Amino acid sequence: MPASTDNAPPRTKEASSRAPGAVLSPTLRFRAGVAVLLVLLAASIVLASGFGAVHIPSRVIMSMLLHRAGVVHLAPVWPPSDETIVFQIRLPRVLAAAMVGAALSLAGVLFQGLLRNPLADPYVIGTSGGAAFGASLGAVLFSHFSLLGFGAIPALAFLGAMGTMVLVFRFSRVGGRTPVVTLLLVGFAFSVLLGYTVSLLLIVNERFEFNTRIIYAWLLGGIWIEHWGQLGLIALLIAAGTAGALMLSRSLNAFALGEEVAEYLGVAVERQKAAVIVVGSLLTASAVSAGGLIGFVGLIIPHILRLLFGPNHARLLVLAALGGAAFLVTADLLARIVMPPNELPVGILTALVGGPAFLLLLRRTKREYRF
Amino acid sequence: MASLGVSQVCFSYDGQEVLTGLSLEIGAGERVAILGPNGVGKTTLLRLLSGARTPSQGSILLDGRPLDTVPRHDVARKIAVVPQEVTIPFAFTVREVVELGRTPHLRWLGGFRSQDRRAVAQAMELTDTTHLGDRIINELSGGERQRVIIAMALAQEPEILLLDEPTHLLDIARQAEILDLIAELNLRHGLTVVAAIHDLNLAGRYFDRLLILHRGAVLAEGPPEAVLRSDIVEEAYGGPVEIVRTANARAPIVLPASRHGQSRNTQ
Repeated sequence: MPASTDNAPPRTKEASSRAPGAVLSPTLRFRAGVAVLLVLLAASIVLASGFGAVHIPSRVIMSMLLHRAGVVHLAPVWPPSDETIVFQIRLPRVLAAAMVGAALSLAGVLFQGLLRNPLADPYVIGTSGGAAFGASLGAVLFSHFSLLGFGAIPALAFLGAMGTMVLVFRFSRVGGRTPVVTLLLVGFAFSVLLGYTVSLLLIVNERFEFNTRIIYAWLLGGIWIEHWGQLGLIALLIAAGTAGALMLSRSLNAFALGEEVAEYLGVAVERQKAAVIVVGSLLTASAVSAGGLIGFVGLIIPHILRLLFGPNHARLLVLAALGGAAFLVTADLLARIVMPPNELPVGILTALVGGPAFLLLLRRTKREYRF
Repeated sequence: MASLGVSQVCFSYDGQEVLTGLSLEIGAGERVAILGPNGVGKTTLLRLLSGARTPSQGSILLDGRPLDTVPRHDVARKIAVVPQEVTIPFAFTVREVVELGRTPHLRWLGGFRSQDRRAVAQAMELTDTTHLGDRIINELSGGERQRVIIAMALAQEPEILLLDEPTHLLDIARQAEILDLIAELNLRHGLTVVAAIHDLNLAGRYFDRLLILHRGAVLAEGPPEAVLRSDIVEEAYGGPVEIVRTANARAPIVLPASRHGQSRNTQ
């Protein structure tokens, strides 16, 4: 009954006949994907650093970056003020956009994988409600408070998101286990509860009209990082979250077959589930504190990359980090330049650009999308 | 070689007792079918044997060691499970699914080593799934899919294989294919096999030891001719049956006793 060939799997023969990626082997396709996304990310960072009140050509930006990095030594042909603009004002913001995009996209992969639900996004377990609640409290009550170089809004948004995660997790536990359906429902309940508390808070404080506008803009999302100091802390948190996410890829693959099978495969299911929730929430909370509630990135980017590269989390997480970063840098650039001198909330752009792109891709893959 | 010992095990779901003082021994290299009506606790027993659930009373021993004291990781290297139904919402390829079987053998943060690749290749060869490697698992037929899930279990390089209704929803030729594969794994590769089987006749034909559960305990056990008797089967399932013996079949055949069809009394 067994096949004829003795050992060594015939990997080459009719490779990937139906796999998502009919031409290249999955590994080659992954490497090509990483390369393309890295180029896109670098290009978007350079481009985004050039645009603004003072336009600086990409060629000059690249020279500045290479010069600063010590790769090549050039006699600077640009005015020092341009260098100040790029390094002190634009780069922190552009890099923050990249990190926020990566964090949201990674968190989306984590929650979609854990919950095995295509509609899951970084906010699915209610962290958005908690973040919004924290941010509004910050805006309305403690506008002069600051923590580690962060104003009240980002600091309390972070704490609100993490606090909600803890509450949702504890409410969902039944006899030492956390059923994912319960987790989803409890998360939804908290999200709604806190979301409407925010509305109440804003109505009660109507006289603080200024604050209401800040909160409204914050809810639609917008990168507000202003200097390297703020970026440093966010970068640290997001780097830790990214490392954590990559370490969970094996468990996420096992979870894809269901918790029961994951357990048979030797995965410590409840511990790994808690790890996914904590890492996902840390990434979300960090992103939210630097960029408000940016929607859609964490939902759409993982789906697009899964369509193109398959669901294997070891690859998907790497691709999602790069893809989310490149996407949000671009969206943030557009937000800054579409309606000068006004800046649009970046959440509007992620939805207006990401939505149609995703719909197009869904139409083009003719097979039914199994995610 | 691994053996399982179950002594005086009780288990209940939400206060409803499923198993009440069940005892049995499964020796290394045995091929055992667990029979019994729906809801009698066949799946529960398999879950307990796999260590995924812990009995409320009594104990389960893996090679003489209480199963709940063995780390999950180590259990998964000795015992592999093929559940009745595996839903996979993602578009994983067959090879990716089989590779997941190596999970308990991988070191933390370590990648695939040559022995992992060898185990995957061998598991796919044994189950005749090598040529399916790059296909999306959800696009396979029921029989192919079941062979892939078995391949994943074999990639764990277990000593004991537990299967829950492995022929569920398969046509007759695919049922034979899967059960022949299981028999071969047992006979040629020395794997201890315990399977919950719905169909008495398939169980009689492919397993040398049958075990019928009834009211939370073992009603009867032994070779097919000792267990597939009308009194035992009727008591376990609560309905009239007819036993047919043919010259060349290895085991008696159990038929429902019809009130309308012609009765050929053979007892």
